Amino acid sequence: MIRKLTLAFAAALMLTACGQHAGSNKAATQQGVQLSGAGSTFAGPIYAKWAEAQKAATGLALNYQAIGSGGGIKQIEASTVAFGATDKPLKSEDLDKNGLVQFPTVIGGVVPAANLPGVAPGQIKLTGPLLADIYLGKITKWNDPALAKVNAGLRLPNLPITVVHRSDGSGTTFLFTSYLAAVAPQWASVGASDSVAWPAGQGGKGNDGVAAYVKQTPGSLGYVEYAYAKQNNMTYALLQNADGQFVSPTAANFAAAAANADWSKAPGFYLLLLNQHGATAWPITGATFILMHKQQKDAATGQAVLRFFDWAYANGDAAADALAYVPLPDALKQQVRTSWGQIVGPDGKPIYAGAH
Amino acid sequence: MEAGPARTARGAALDRVFEALCFSAATLLLAALGGIIVSLAIGGWPAFARFGFHFFTTATWDPVAEVYGALGAIVGTLVSSTLALLFALPLALGVAVFLVELCPSVLRRPIGTAVELLAGIPSIVYGMWGLFVFAPWFAKHIQMPAMMAAPAGSIWETLTAGVPNGAGILSASAILAIMILPFMAATLRELLMTVPSQVRESAYGLGSTTFEVMRKVSLPYVRTGAIGAVMLGLGRALGETMAVTFIIGNAHGLPTSIFASGSTIASTIANEFAEATGEMHTASLIALGLVLFVITFAVLALARLLIGRQAHA
Amino acid sequence: MIAAPRRLTRTLGNAAFLVFCWAATGVALIALAAILWSLLRQGIGGLDLKVFTESTPAPGSEGGLLNAILGSVMMCALAMAVAVVVGVLAGTWLSEYARTSRYGSVVRFLNDVLLSAPSILVGLFVYEIVVAPLKGFSGYAGAIALALLAVPVITRTTEDVLRLQPVALREASVALGAPVWRTILAVIWKAAQGGMLTGALLAFARISGETAPLLFTSLNNQFLNLNMAQPMANLPVVIFQFALSAYDDWRRLAWTGAMLIAVSVLAVTIIARLLAREPRRS
Repeated sequence: MIRKLTLAFAAALMLTACGQHAGSNKAATQQGVQLSGAGSTFAGPIYAKWAEAQKAATGLALNYQAIGSGGGIKQIEASTVAFGATDKPLKSEDLDKNGLVQFPTVIGGVVPAANLPGVAPGQIKLTGPLLADIYLGKITKWNDPALAKVNAGLRLPNLPITVVHRSDGSGTTFLFTSYLAAVAPQWASVGASDSVAWPAGQGGKGNDGVAAYVKQTPGSLGYVEYAYAKQNNMTYALLQNADGQFVSPTAANFAAAAANADWSKAPGFYLLLLNQHGATAWPITGATFILMHKQQKDAATGQAVLRFFDWAYANGDAAADALAYVPLPDALKQQVRTSWGQIVGPDGKPIYAGAH
Repeated sequence: MEAGPARTARGAALDRVFEALCFSAATLLLAALGGIIVSLAIGGWPAFARFGFHFFTTATWDPVAEVYGALGAIVGTLVSSTLALLFALPLALGVAVFLVELCPSVLRRPIGTAVELLAGIPSIVYGMWGLFVFAPWFAKHIQMPAMMAAPAGSIWETLTAGVPNGAGILSASAILAIMILPFMAATLRELLMTVPSQVRESAYGLGSTTFEVMRKVSLPYVRTGAIGAVMLGLGRALGETMAVTFIIGNAHGLPTSIFASGSTIASTIANEFAEATGEMHTASLIALGLVLFVITFAVLALARLLIGRQAHA
Repeated sequence: MIAAPRRLTRTLGNAAFLVFCWAATGVALIALAAILWSLLRQGIGGLDLKVFTESTPAPGSEGGLLNAILGSVMMCALAMAVAVVVGVLAGTWLSEYARTSRYGSVVRFLNDVLLSAPSILVGLFVYEIVVAPLKGFSGYAGAIALALLAVPVITRTTEDVLRLQPVALREASVALGAPVWRTILAVIWKAAQGGMLTGALLAFARISGETAPLLFTSLNNQFLNLNMAQPMANLPVVIFQFALSAYDDWRRLAWTGAMLIAVSVLAVTIIARLLAREPRRS
């Protein structure tokens, strides 16, 4: 018995030792480079799909951990990952302070999703001020007259509204609360950031935590990136946009919100697409960003990150469409590629070789 | 003791080497613990410096305004652990008495092993079971009836308000209770077995019932040790992370009803540490960790004082 | 008679107490059965060969738990290697060299504190001293955190089992001319090896289920990674991530993973207990 156990233990240790040997050899070859990135759960689904596709196509392995935009920002500032992903873009002062470069990858939308038995997706209508009141805890039941006024003809159940928000530092929260702050003066007491002091409700971890909570609790309302609502068949709501129209969250409407954006004037590509004008524009649209160090400690790692996103720009549009993200317009992609020229290696030379 | 054949110088030197190795291993242990305390103190210092004593009396946890108060997490930790103890202690006592006095000897070993198996289940499994099995059951059979039964506008309605999905401090306490039950039961059982049989038998011989023997003879005999066992269970409940994070609802602030969501120190750190940007947020989380360590240390020290070295944690 | 009502109260009180004790045990057993039943029912449904041959999938794709299982095995093996060395030596010191010293009782006490310390604080500590300065999550950091949790268990059990060895054993060995270190290695350890192995198994059972310390140290990894200087996937964190998601296939994998962990921990615990009772071979 003892002998058998010792043998098993020794085998496990040998596996560990062999793994180190294999691992250090692998790191030398460019094909088998393993990258690590962390951050936004907003972009989690599309980065995971791109990573899977690229591993199969080119052997580049990207290990992306969706720990929330706050986590992405923190870990790239601590340099524990090769890149950070965030839906809360950093302003140029913060970028310069930490020596970071920022660029967008895709555009998506944040949608309010509810668990309402008997109500189909896209049936219920909400406005910004109503959402603010719900999240402030002022409206507590689904059959509240204020909600009924906007939803004439729809029978809303007599259930208490369970508010679900994010318990972690989240770019999705940043987009959602910035939108509420823009359209609802009563939200000023809470403010807009990736982590706020929520007056009401329960917290879920990550976009999928919120989706899971809402799925499990009848009468609940949460906000998630649209891919999560779509993949889980959640009852999303129509929102009233800046032009007064009630629009549904579709890729076309996210694109409509991004249509008038002028990226060339935005330093560090800092641009918010909230509450845009346009008859079909979805009010809570946003781009999601990547953060990298301007001076890379290891040129090979930096090159691998840029190669990953280069490939994604060139070949990843179909996957993005399938998940209802909006790929960036070609002009913007070109602008981003040009901006990569400022990323240098330890020797000061730009690491990006040029357009694909 | 007469020395045997002369020990070689080499043997003596190796003796010293071996003893030094063992000593350094033990000191490494000490250093690790010391390192934990020091790194928590250093990391958390900015928060203490900024907020001072208010850190312990404010319940606001506002990352936007950069105001952090530990009161909500501390209250959540203490309330959930105390409730868990209240649920688990009578049950643990019942199991211990059962195993010592009432169990048919054939079943003693299997049931004892079964109770120990409960202790071995990893806490993440408890968390999953709590969220997916216990919470819906709790919501359907305890929470909803209580909420429906409360007359509108009364104090009962406020006391039973809450999210009807079974998550909250009360559910978390129930799961914690199941987790600490086996430890306390095993310790109490070992303690009860130390009561000398002559004392117990004399009591029986005088005509006492089992209940009376327990109440008047066995328990007073092991009273100090029993309190120590309680403290040990409390210490375990205080530090539990995964089982609680799944089911406590993750709301900062003070609980206002029995079904309210809350948070504990451990769940707050688990949720927020990897992504706390901003120096004050990180420092506040580490400061919370230091608070938890101090509380747990105090409870464990007390347990150790009372129970000696008998119990296994 | 006055005695009759009093006797009735006593009998009834006793009966109520006995019922309560039976019921309490019933509750504990029902809880265990309920947990095991849920695990088996939900976990077996997702159990197929793919779980052991494919790595964790992106949401919406098919996959398994291979990288998580291997990662956990590797980190636990490394942690145990370190913990056994440090723990056995420390336990030996406490039992053979420091039974009565003041410093010894301090170390003993602090060992018990570390034994019951919240594991998330250990994770925080390892983040501060390994991950942040070295600027990277890694399997090594995870293994260090697990080792810190396993050492107190091994120290404690080693000391306890060494103390149980009769003094006569030591005296006989010294009388034959063996130096102290030889006595400990060849005689005492040999005699106590069953108990020490039990301690090691219990420590392994404990750390294989730990999640909190791995959250900030080894992070997680979508792909199979055998290089411990990089983030490594591990079962508990993968279960945590998948269980809290809304995707059905991820949740199924989470249940299967939970079942695998629970079954292996329980198996190791049972083996350890059986070993402890095995009759000593002469």
